[in-house]
Amino acid sequence: MSSRRSRQSSAPGITDDQIIDLVSKLRHLLPEIRQRRSDKVSASKVLQETCNYITNLHKEVDDLSERLSQLLETIDCDSPEAAIIRSLIM
Amino acid sequence: MASKHTIATRHAQGIRARFASRFLRSLLRVRRSSNRFGGSQSNDEGIGKRIRTDRIKIAAYAAMARAVGPRRTWSRALLFKLRNRARIHGVSRKRCLVSEKKRVTRNKVVAISREPSRADTLRKLVPGGDSMDTCVLLEETAHYIKCLATQVTVMQSIADRLLL
Repeated sequence: MSSRRSRQSSAPGITDDQIIDLVSKLRHLLPEIRQRRSDKVSASKVLQETCNYITNLHKEVDDLSERLSQLLETIDCDSPEAAIIRSLIM
Repeated sequence: MASKHTIATRHAQGIRARFASRFLRSLLRVRRSSNRFGGSQSNDEGIGKRIRTDRIKIAAYAAMARAVGPRRTWSRALLFKLRNRARIHGVSRKRCLVSEKKRVTRNKVVAISREPSRADTLRKLVPGGDSMDTCVLLEETAHYIKCLATQVTVMQSIADRLLL
């Protein structure tokens, strides 16, 4: 794909506007910044918040996996929970 | 005429449903395989639980990557990494570490004489981020965050439902 072309350089084909646009798009996805006034947040802060957010999400996945592992242990083959799971898939 | 918002919501619901069904199927598989090895052995319980937790976590990421499909760079990178891990895991742990290190040095970008920017931190967090330029990185990050949040929500609701 053409993206390999500008891997090493500082992306000469990309305008500042594009980057501003993408950064603002990212901003709207972050849970914290959405509440603040959108004009005054710098790109650096957005990137930092994004990294923190991703790290938090990874951690939540880990915690949920552990919780599910514990819950899975307590399910018997024919219990109603297994029926619930099966009905969710069908 | 469907607005951009409705198309996006429909798209999001599609991913959510695809991820949920794949993940639930993997969960049942994990439960079946862990039951087979006997859950009543007390000294194996701690290790078995950790293995099960790891399997569930990998199943979650794999289910999400497959639900997204190969049309995103991050999902392709994640699927590639998971397939390599599955392939190497059967052989040996040590060899796995060596080959991972080799892969990292090969993909390393030319050293820049400034401190690592926040974009570089982001590259490490998003799968496949090392080979993206900044514009693509930001786009992929946005999509990755959306899918990760969906993954967390679905896992949460499954856990809540199992508790009732």
